[in-house]
Amino acid sequence: MLAPRFLTDIPNETGPLGRWQAGHDMLLTIRSLTKSFPGTKALDGVDFDLAAGEVHALLGENGAGKSTLIKCLTGAYRRDAGEMRLEGRAISPSSTSEAQELGIGTVYQEVNLLPNLTVAQNLTFGREPRRFGLVNGRLQKLQAQEMVQGYGLNIDVGRDLSTYSVAIQQIIAIARAVALSGKVLILDEPTASLDAAEVRMLFDVVRGLRDRGLGIVFVSHFLDQVFDLTDRLTVLRNGQHVVTERTTDVDRLQLIHHMLGRDLETVETPGHTEAGDVVQRPEMLRFSGIGRAGVVDPFDLTVHKGEVIGLAGLLGSGRTESAELLFGLRRAQTGEARDANGPVAIDTPQAAIAAGFGFAPEDRKTDGIVADLSVRENIILALQAKRGWARPLPRAEQDRLAADYIKRLDIRTPDAEKAIGDLSGGNQQKVVLARWLAMNPRFLILDEPTRGIDVGAHAEILKLIDRLTEDGMAVLVISSELDELVVAADRIIVVRDRRHVTELTGAAVTTDTIMQAIAAEDTPPLREGVL
Amino acid sequence: MKRALRRVAPQLMTLIVLAALVSWFFPSFLQIDLSDGRLVGPVIDIVKRGAPVAILAVGMTLVVATGGIDLSVGTVMAITGAVAASALVSGWGVPVALLLACGAGLTAGVWNGALVAVLGIQPIVATLILMTAGRGIAQLITEGRILTFSDTGFAFLGSGSLMGIPVPALLWVLTGVLVALLMRRTALGLLVESVGINQRASALAGVNARGLIIVVYMASGLCAALAGIIATADIRGADANNAGLWLELDAILAVVIGGNSLLGGRFSIAASVLGAMIIQTIDTGILLAGFPSEYNLVIKAVLVLAILMIQSPHLASEWALIRMQIARRRAARGQEG
Amino acid sequence: MTLKTLMLTTVATLGLAAAAQAQTVGFSQIGSESGWRAAETTLTKQQAQERGIDLKFSDAQQKQENQIAALRTFIAQGVDAILIAPVVATGWDSILEEAKEADIPVVLLDRQVDSDKELYLTAVGSDLVHEGEVAGKWLAEAVGDKSCRVVELQGTTGSSPAIDRKTGFEKGIAGHANIEIVRSQTADFTRSIGKEVMESFLQAENGGADICALYAHNDDMAVGAIQAIKEAGLKPGEDILVVSIDAVPDIFKAMADGEANATVELTPNMAGPAFDALAAYWKDGTVPPKFIQTDSALYTMSDDPAGQYQARKGLGY
Repeated sequence: MLAPRFLTDIPNETGPLGRWQAGHDMLLTIRSLTKSFPGTKALDGVDFDLAAGEVHALLGENGAGKSTLIKCLTGAYRRDAGEMRLEGRAISPSSTSEAQELGIGTVYQEVNLLPNLTVAQNLTFGREPRRFGLVNGRLQKLQAQEMVQGYGLNIDVGRDLSTYSVAIQQIIAIARAVALSGKVLILDEPTASLDAAEVRMLFDVVRGLRDRGLGIVFVSHFLDQVFDLTDRLTVLRNGQHVVTERTTDVDRLQLIHHMLGRDLETVETPGHTEAGDVVQRPEMLRFSGIGRAGVVDPFDLTVHKGEVIGLAGLLGSGRTESAELLFGLRRAQTGEARDANGPVAIDTPQAAIAAGFGFAPEDRKTDGIVADLSVRENIILALQAKRGWARPLPRAEQDRLAADYIKRLDIRTPDAEKAIGDLSGGNQQKVVLARWLAMNPRFLILDEPTRGIDVGAHAEILKLIDRLTEDGMAVLVISSELDELVVAADRIIVVRDRRHVTELTGAAVTTDTIMQAIAAEDTPPLREGVL
Repeated sequence: MKRALRRVAPQLMTLIVLAALVSWFFPSFLQIDLSDGRLVGPVIDIVKRGAPVAILAVGMTLVVATGGIDLSVGTVMAITGAVAASALVSGWGVPVALLLACGAGLTAGVWNGALVAVLGIQPIVATLILMTAGRGIAQLITEGRILTFSDTGFAFLGSGSLMGIPVPALLWVLTGVLVALLMRRTALGLLVESVGINQRASALAGVNARGLIIVVYMASGLCAALAGIIATADIRGADANNAGLWLELDAILAVVIGGNSLLGGRFSIAASVLGAMIIQTIDTGILLAGFPSEYNLVIKAVLVLAILMIQSPHLASEWALIRMQIARRRAARGQEG
Repeated sequence: MTLKTLMLTTVATLGLAAAAQAQTVGFSQIGSESGWRAAETTLTKQQAQERGIDLKFSDAQQKQENQIAALRTFIAQGVDAILIAPVVATGWDSILEEAKEADIPVVLLDRQVDSDKELYLTAVGSDLVHEGEVAGKWLAEAVGDKSCRVVELQGTTGSSPAIDRKTGFEKGIAGHANIEIVRSQTADFTRSIGKEVMESFLQAENGGADICALYAHNDDMAVGAIQAIKEAGLKPGEDILVVSIDAVPDIFKAMADGEANATVELTPNMAGPAFDALAAYWKDGTVPPKFIQTDSALYTMSDDPAGQYQARKGLGY
C-alpha cells in the first residue's frame, strides 16, 4: 500500500533551505506559495520542503501563516500563486478528499472522527468491506484490529470511539489518515489536550511512521515536544518563511528569537510575597465547603484582594471543575460563598457575574467566543448581558470600549467589526479577556489562559495578569504549565483526584514542589477552618 | 441604513425579477387603481394575502435565530382563530376576543419555549407536539364546524382598509417594524444572535439563554395569534381544519429565502418578510397567469428552487469567479480593440 | 359451488347471531374540511343512535394513511361493518381485501374508489356528475341567450368531486355557446382559499366587470368568494351570479341576503341509506346494488332560503 522511500543517506550540504538538499528526492516541495485574504497577506511567497522519513516542525506565532499553509496543502483553500509538488508531480488539491487521495492526510487537535461510531466503523468508514452489498461486520472488525495493532494499541475495535481517551482517538485518527493517504501526514496541534504519558505514546507512533518512510509535518506550540520529536523545523513569521534548520542545530532561545523576530521579554518574577504578606492583604471572598458529588470534594478557598492564586493539577484532576463550581457553571451541592457584606449567590453564571466574578474558560471555541459576532460584540457581550436587554450600551460606548481593548491588549484584527472566528487563537483569547476586563470584575478566573497561543502572547498575558492585580483584582489561574504558574501566582493550590490536596505559598512555590504535590499520595484533604 | 439595504438586496432583486416575470404573463400586474376609496390591484392583493405568512415569518425569524424552529405556528393560528371566533359568537366583544386570542398564542409560546429551554427537547420535536395536537384543540373549540360570526369590527382586521391600504398589510408592516426596532434598538437582537451562535458561551458570559429562548417562542406564538386573527377575520369564520394549514412551512421558507441560516445566529426580519412577499407573489402570480391547477405546486417548487440556488453561498462564490473571468476577458478584449 | 353456499350461510348465520346484540360499525371520516362533512358526521352519529348501532368514529384529518390505519384497527376489533368516506380514489385495494378476508362488509360514503367493486358491499352517494349537471342546467336557464363568462372554483385537484362536478357542469351548459368557462382554479374546497382565488379572478377579469357567473364546487368556497366579490365593490347574486353545490346552512343565509343564487343539495345523510342496506344484509344476506344514489335537489332564492337556514343550522354544519 505504501511506497516508502527510506532515506538511508541524509545529504549534508548546506542548501538555501537548511542542510537538507532541496532536490528531486524531496517528498513534498512548496515554492513561492502566496495566499491573500481581504486586508491581509496570509502567505507571501513561502517555500517549504518535506522529505520522506522525517518529522518536520512547522512553527510560528499565531497568524504567522501555519494554518493557511496547511489549508492550502489539504485543499481547504485555493492558493493565489506558487507551486506545490508531491513526489515531483505538480498538485493543486481543491478539497480535503482530493488531498487525501493524493496522499496527504491531516489530523487535527480536535479529533475529526465520528464519536458515535465504533472504532472499526471509523477506521473503515467509506470503504467498508462488503459482502453481497452489505457491510461485512466481521471482516471490518478484523481489518480494524490489524490496523490498530500496527500502532501498538490493544483495544476493542467494536466499542464506540467516544469511549476511548483523546490520545487513543488521536492515534486512531492517525491510523485512518495514514491508511487513506500514506505519503504525507500533517499533525496540527495533536498534543494540546494530552497528558505527558499520552504524548509519549503518540510520539512513539509518530516515530514508527517516520521510520516507515512517511513525511510528517508537526505543528505545535510546545517547544519541548518540537525538540523531542522533530528532525527539522521551519519557522514562519507574518506569512513569510524565516528559517529552516535541522532541529539539533538550533537552541531554544534562537528558535524563540526566530519566531518572535525579537528577544523574548523575560517576564519579571513579581517577587513572591512572603507568607506573612498574604495575610496582610484584605480578605475579599471566602468560599467554604464548596463541592458536588462526583465532581469535586468540598473545598475551602479564601481570596484576598490583589492576589494571584494558581490552581495546579493534572488534566481531569478536578481543577477546571473547581472553577466551574466557583462560577456557578455547575451548581455546588454544598458550601457557600461570603464576602464582607454577607453571603454571595454563585449558583448561576449570572449570579456569579453579579457578584463581580469573571471566567475565561479553557475551551475557547465552544465556551468562550461567539464566532460569528464581531470583535466589538464579543467584547461587550458580558457587559450588555449584565445591563439587561432593555438598556443597550450606546454604540459610541461600544466602539470606545472595543477600540480601547484592541489597543490595550494588542488584539491583532483589521477592525473591531471583524468576526472573531476569523482571528487567530491568541487574539481570540485576548478578546475573551477583554470581555471580562470590561466588566471590571473583582475576582477573575482564567482557565488555561495561555493554551494554544504563541510565545509572545503568552508573555503578554502573564504581564497583564500581574498588572490587573495591582488594581486590587484577585485572579485564579488554572494552568498545566508549571513554570507559568510559578511566575504568576502568589500561592498555589494543588488538586488531585477531585480533591484540593495542598497549598503552597511564598518560597515553597517552585515547579519541583508543585510536581511533588501532584505526584504525592495520600495527602490529607485541605480544608481551612473547622472540620 | 446602507448596510441594511445591502442585506436585503438579493430579496429585493428577486421580487423585481418575479414582478417582471408575472407581468409578462399578466401585463397589468403592477397596475393599481383607486376604487371606493381603497386601492385595488394584484400588488395590493399580494401585500394583503401575504400578511399571515409575513407575520409568522417575523416570529419564526427570531426562533430560527436562536437555532430553533417552530412547527406549531400554523396550528396555533387555528387555535387562536377558534378562540377569537367563539368569543365573538358568545357575544363577548372584539377587545375580549383579541385578548383571548393573543393570550392563547402566548400560552402556546410558553409551552413550546419551556419544552425547548427547560426540558431540553429538540425544537423540531417539541413544536411538533403542538403542531399535531393543536388542530384537535381548535376542533374542540369550534366543535368541528366553521364558526361563523358577523362582527364587522373584527372582520375589519381581515378585510378592512385604512387610507386605501388593506389592514392586514398595515398589520404585517407594523409588526415587522416594531419587532425589528425592538430587536435593534435594544440589546435583544445581539443577545438572541449570541445565543443562536453559541449558547454555552453566551450563558457563560451571563446571557440568560433559557429566558431568551422562551421569549422568542412566545414572540412566535404571539405572531401566530395575530396571523390567526387576520385569517379568521378575513373569512369571518374560524375554520379549525384549514386555518393556517401548512403555513408553518411557508413561514420557514420565507425565513430561508430571507437568507437567514437555519443554524441560528445573524438574522434580518426585513429579509424574512420580503421572503414572505416573494412566496405570495409566486402564489398570486400563478393564479393570475391562469395555468391549470395541476401545475401550481410544480411551478412554485421550480421558482423557489431557482431562488434558493441563486442565493446559495456556494454558487455565490462561483458567480464571483465567473464575473471576474468575464471582466478579465473583457479587459483583454478592450486592450486588443 | 356448494362450498360458497356453505360459506354464505355461515356468514348469514353468524350475522344473525350477532344481530341479536348491538351491532358495531366503524366509521372512518375524512376529517372535517367543510361544514358539510361536519354535518355528515353528526347525521351519521344520529342515525346510528336511532338504530341502536354502536358507532366507532375515527377522524383521518385528510390523510389516507390515517384512514388505512383506522380500517385496520376496525378489522382487528372485529366490527360488524365499516363505513368509510375515502379521502382519495386510489390505493385502497389491499386494505379492502383485508376487510373482505375478515368478512366485514364495507360501505363507501359519498365518494367512490377505483378498486374492484367486489371488494366493497355498496357505495352510497350522490351522483357527482349529476350534481354538476343540475348546477349547469340552472345557470343555462338563468342566463338564457345572454353571453356569460363563468369563473370556476374547483375542489382539491384530483379529487373525484372536483373532477365529476366539473364534468357535470360542462355537460349542463353543453349546447349553450353563449356560456363559457373563462377561468378555472383549485381552491381546495376551503373558504379562505376560495376568497383568495376569487380575488385573483376579479383582478384578472377587469375588476370583475367581465365575470357573469361563479360556479363553485362547494358552498364554502362560494361563501369565501362572495366576500371577495363584495369587497371588490360588486353585488354577488346580481352583478355576478353564484351557483354552488352542497346546500350548507351558510349558503342559504347568503341566498336569504340575496348574495347567492342557487345550490344543489348533497345530502349529508348518507348513513341512513347505508345503515338500511347493512340491516338488510345482516338480516338475510341481501346484497344491495353497488351504488345507492341520493337525491340532488336544487334550491334557489325562491325556496325559502331563510327557512332552510333555520332548519339546517342545528345539524352541525
